[in-house]
Amino acid sequence: MKELDFIKSFLEEAGDIARFTGRFFKECFKPRYEFGEFLRQSFYLGYKSLGLVGLTAFIMGLVITIQSRPTLVEFGAEAWLPKMVSISLIREIAPVITALICAGKIGSGIGAELGSMRVTEQIDAMEVSGTNPFKYLVVTRVFSTILMIPVLAILADAIALYGAYLGANIHGVVTWKLFWDQVFETNGYSDIIPSIIKTFFFGFAIGIVGCYKGYNSKKGTEGVGRSANSAVVISSLLIFIIDLVAVQIIDALGLT
Amino acid sequence: MKAGQNNLVIELRGLCKSFGDNHVLNNFDMDLLKGQNLAVLGKSGSGKSVLIKCIIGLMSSDKGTIKVFDDNIPDLNQYELDKIRVRVGFLFQSNALYDSMTVRENLEFPLRRHWIEKEKRNVNELVMEALENVGLPETVEMMPSELSGGMKKRISIARTLILKPDIILYDEPTTGLDPITGREISNLILKVQEKYNTSSIIISHDMNCIKIVADQIIMLIEGKNYVQGNYDEIRAVKDEKVKQFFE
Repeated sequence: MKELDFIKSFLEEAGDIARFTGRFFKECFKPRYEFGEFLRQSFYLGYKSLGLVGLTAFIMGLVITIQSRPTLVEFGAEAWLPKMVSISLIREIAPVITALICAGKIGSGIGAELGSMRVTEQIDAMEVSGTNPFKYLVVTRVFSTILMIPVLAILADAIALYGAYLGANIHGVVTWKLFWDQVFETNGYSDIIPSIIKTFFFGFAIGIVGCYKGYNSKKGTEGVGRSANSAVVISSLLIFIIDLVAVQIIDALGLT
Repeated sequence: MKAGQNNLVIELRGLCKSFGDNHVLNNFDMDLLKGQNLAVLGKSGSGKSVLIKCIIGLMSSDKGTIKVFDDNIPDLNQYELDKIRVRVGFLFQSNALYDSMTVRENLEFPLRRHWIEKEKRNVNELVMEALENVGLPETVEMMPSELSGGMKKRISIARTLILKPDIILYDEPTTGLDPITGREISNLILKVQEKYNTSSIIISHDMNCIKIVADQIIMLIEGKNYVQGNYDEIRAVKDEKVKQFFE
């Protein structure tokens, strides 16, 4: 019976998220548009995450290069290091790691913020003042994550590649020009554009799950903690699922 | 007499609201007249807050009519409900100040939503007027976290007042405050009513507050309007369920 209850509550939650997403699409096209709040959220969600994303990307680029080198040396393919590392970083690692970091930082932040606004009646206060809280709180945050995750992923690409350049020069010598020539020679639009497109979907998943969990938070402060926690877990899982689907689509379109 | 006519601003008839088997409102009837301060008294969990949340449309009722001015709240669409909400202020028990905004931004928020005043100077004047009404003009640039409980309550009243509502719904305005601050808030409610001629519903189980502010008292017992009258009339009722509130 426990399994049945689990399946039932899973399906109910999936249905609720679908309804919440449907409401988002319904509300986002209707005036009034909250540009001020959208810009404010974009600043907080994007700019304030830049340090963490940048540092992680730099370390990632550096470590992957250092760890890949011995294997390539073994096969006498050391010269391929910039090509191999850059294609891994641009296509997969930088967008996914950026999204996962943002799921942790931004997703939990949105879940906790909206959750605490729900339990302290701030969302009800907006509603009774004649403001549509869904539009003001949810639509602006989801659009901000849709916009800022791709921006952060592009910056992460660049910073990770710089880390890779430094990594390549720890045990060998690769000039600045040679490194970047190899990077741009290997990576074309068919590598960069699909990886950026999928980050829009990552951003959407992080925003909508964080907002759903926070907006529907229950049971006081305990509920706020649960909202933040489950926002991270669900959006991280969704990022991998979206990535899996995106790879299949890219493969089917012959862009690999 | 119908709501919107002859000074009747809120009219509730046969209002029912249940949560599972718990029937918190059971054919509840009530009238609020223009300029009247009506207190609803009842035990914790008796449905007092549910009652005013149904009136403002934050909760849907199961049955009955909720007429505010001429409009039946359950029949309104979102746009019509928002128009009514401009005329009905709501003071939350938890104050519900937006904790990421300063006091000024908290007060400006409802104004900007309704484009009542687009000119920055006028918005500022309205904010300062509301703060002066509650005696806290110096807190304008402070964050809610820097304020005491009593100050938060006053700022919350100022935010409710800023749209100059015709009706104010107070949800336990003195709960969690010391007796002196509670009395100050009660006097402030009275001052607001006298200055703006607002009609108010005050949800409370604080007899001191009710004694100061209420013209009429309704005892909400078993989901019904059990007994109604002024303070002295209610105090004279011999029924045990009523008497226990005065012991």
